[in-house]
Parts: sequence; C-alpha cells; structure tokens
Amino acid sequence: MDQIAFIFDILLPALMQGLVVTLKLIVWSAPFGLALGIGVAAGRQYGGPVLSRVCKTFVFLIKGTPLLLLLFILYFGLPSIGITFTALTASVIGFILCNGAYNSEYIRGALLSIKDGQMIAAQALGMTRAQAIRNVIMPQALRRAIPGLSNEFIYLIKYSSLAYMITVVELSGVGKNVATKYFIYTETFMVVGIVYLALVTITTVAVNILEKRVAVPGMNRAAAAQL
Amino acid sequence: MDVLSILIDWSPYIVAGIAATLGLVLIALGIGILLGLPMALGQVYGSRPVRWAIGIYVWFFRGLPILVLLFLFWFGIFPGIGLGDLPAFVVGAVVLGLRGAAYQSQIFRGAIQSIGEGQMIAARSLGMSRFIAIYSVILPQAMRIALPGWSNEYPNMLTDSAVCYAIGVAELLTVTSRIVSQTYLTMPIFLASAGIFILLNYGGIKVLHGVERRIAIPGFGSGAV
Repeated sequence: MDQIAFIFDILLPALMQGLVVTLKLIVWSAPFGLALGIGVAAGRQYGGPVLSRVCKTFVFLIKGTPLLLLLFILYFGLPSIGITFTALTASVIGFILCNGAYNSEYIRGALLSIKDGQMIAAQALGMTRAQAIRNVIMPQALRRAIPGLSNEFIYLIKYSSLAYMITVVELSGVGKNVATKYFIYTETFMVVGIVYLALVTITTVAVNILEKRVAVPGMNRAAAAQL
Repeated sequence: MDVLSILIDWSPYIVAGIAATLGLVLIALGIGILLGLPMALGQVYGSRPVRWAIGIYVWFFRGLPILVLLFLFWFGIFPGIGLGDLPAFVVGAVVLGLRGAAYQSQIFRGAIQSIGEGQMIAARSLGMSRFIAIYSVILPQAMRIALPGWSNEYPNMLTDSAVCYAIGVAELLTVTSRIVSQTYLTMPIFLASAGIFILLNYGGIKVLHGVERRIAIPGFGSGAV
C-alpha cells in the first residue's frame, strides 16, 4: 500500500480517536494535579509538624517510584485488596499523584522565594494566616512557579502514554495497534511522535501567552532591577 | 511469613532484575555523557548548521514520550536498518541513552554558557588554542557547575528505565510482574518492588551528592561566588 495513503486514510483517522483519549487523560489529571501540588506544598510549608511530615513522605515515596509501577499498583494491585478502578480512572489517579508530587516541589520553591515580611505585613493588616496564604502569598508564588509547572504539564502529556501499559488505548496505544495490524512500524510511530511534538509545542506557546497574561507589572526580577 | 519466603525463593531473579535496571541506567547515563557533552559544545561553539542540527535532535528526543521512542526503535528503526536481532536490553539502553543525551546536552550547555566569555579570551591571550582552552579552562569549571543538575538525571533515568518493560527487557519491573503472575501475591510484591526502586533512587542520589562534595573546589561554587 502507498505510504501516503496509509498515513492519511488509515493512520490519522485512527489516531484522532486515540488523541481524544489522551486529551481526556490530560484534562482530568492536570487540574487535580495542580490542586494536589498546591495543597501538598502549602501543607509542607505552613502545616504543623505532623502534616508537613505526611506531605514530605508523600513526595518522597511518589518521586522514588516509577510511574509505571504506580499505575500497576493502582490497576493490578488494588483489586487484590478489594479496590477496583477502571483502567482510565486508575491512570488518572496515578497521573494526579505523580503530577501533584512534582508540582508541589516547584510551588514550594516559589513559596520559599516569597519573603517572610509579606506574611507578617498581611497579618499586621488583620488577615488570618489562611487568608494571607490565599490572597497574598499564593498569587505571587503560583506566578513564579509557572515555568516549572508548565514543564510538569509537558511531562504529563508525554507520560500519559504509559496508560497504554494498563490497557487504556490512547494515542500511542492506537499507534501500536495500527502498526501491528499493518506491519508499518517506523512511519506509524514517527507520526505518533509528531502528534506528541505538536501537543508539546502548542503547550509551550500557550504557556508563554499565559505567563504574559497573568504577569503583574513590576513583580518579576527583571523589572525590579530596573527600578 | 510467606511473603518473605517467596521473596527469598525468587531472590536470584530479583537480583538479576536489579542488575538489569542498574545496567540500563549506567549504560544510558554513559551514552548520555558521551553524546551530550559534544552536543553541548557544538551548540555553544559550533557553526550555524551544527547548532541547528543539534537543536532538532534535542527537540525531537525531548518531545517524544519514552514509550513511543522505545516502540519506534524496537519495532521500526532497528529492524529497518538490519539490527532486528539486537537484544531488548541493548535497544532499551541505547534509546534511554539517546534521549538522555538530549536532556544532558542542555544541562552541559547551560553550565558552559555560565562561564564568563572573558575566560576564553584570557586563555586565548595566554597562547592556548581554542581546544586547549575549552579542555583545560572552561570544562573543568563547567562540569562542576553542571553536576547538581546532572545528578537529577539519575533518578529520572531510573524511573524511566522501568518503561523498558514495554519492550520486554527483563529489568526490575518486568521481574516484579512475572513474580506477581506466578504467586498471585499482588500487593506485597508490588510494594516490595517499589521499596527497592526507592532505595536505589535515594541511595544513588546520596552517592552523587558525595561525589559533588569530593570534587568541589573550595571557594568555587554557587554559594561562594
């Protein structure tokens, strides 16, 4: 068969279906991963000794375990103790845990970069600790964490392919199935790779726009140096 | 306890799995340095086409998921160039290494660019050739600056090496799932395997931090400068 015809008539339509699943995985995982990251970072930084220890241990364990093994535990392991997820749910939970743990490291770094004086000033103005964190510290820290968080988002796009290993037929899964059926491997996986490259590149552009959109004039270091 | 006795029964396989995992990681990190460092030098000092070619390589290998890269090389490229008989272990190590080179080249590039241009000019004015200046003035400093960032490559590589399960490399995760399918002791075996990965991870990081301290030059470093 003509390779051009194969790519346009067979491969791309099939990949579109896989792309929908990949996007579903990402769209479900990313917001909760961000929320978990914020929660864990805040817990580590402002929580009591017990909470911060719990958050630290969580990050330690997740960062030390391969994501694929985490997915195996969620999908193949948990049913043995009576907890059963669908493959899609297990993948999303795995991605949220992994994404959240790594996000929390960037957010914690950003939290540390906000000076103590701001917390003291906010409390002197009558805010509670929680209010100060929510309205003063976090809005600044999250802006500073954008580059790191966008990196993690890009990792999430790429590692969403691991869901195929627990039977979720997403983009690379569809690619594998088509390649095996037609015995056309190199071209198929190149095209699959290009779709991922496109997703990653679109994300990079979108993040640059987002960063400019939410920028507060005078807040970043370059602007401060000019003062 | 029967979990423990099962682990002991299977210990030769587990040890072989750990050895394969560490082998993948060490070979891939080695390939990463051997390719990544010249690529970084090419990107800083090379001509425009060289920089352009390296940029494309980095963009490609950093943009594709490791799973897709493994499938591409295992099913497509290696059989396509007549190397279809290569063992999965070799393919896994090479793919991890080629991808690692893309990441490592950017760590080295950042470090090289952080050395002031004046150093190159000074070295040249002392009569050194460009090559000697890079080799004996720029790199000894740049490599020390690069090491903390490079140390992060170890845990990344270790967790990524588990994806080689997908092409059937008999590394730790493959051994784990084999034991699970034979013994049906699902959770304890998975958790034991996670424990081994965590030990390898943080043990390796400890070693790398030790190396960082050992090769540090007093007064040279982020804290002092």
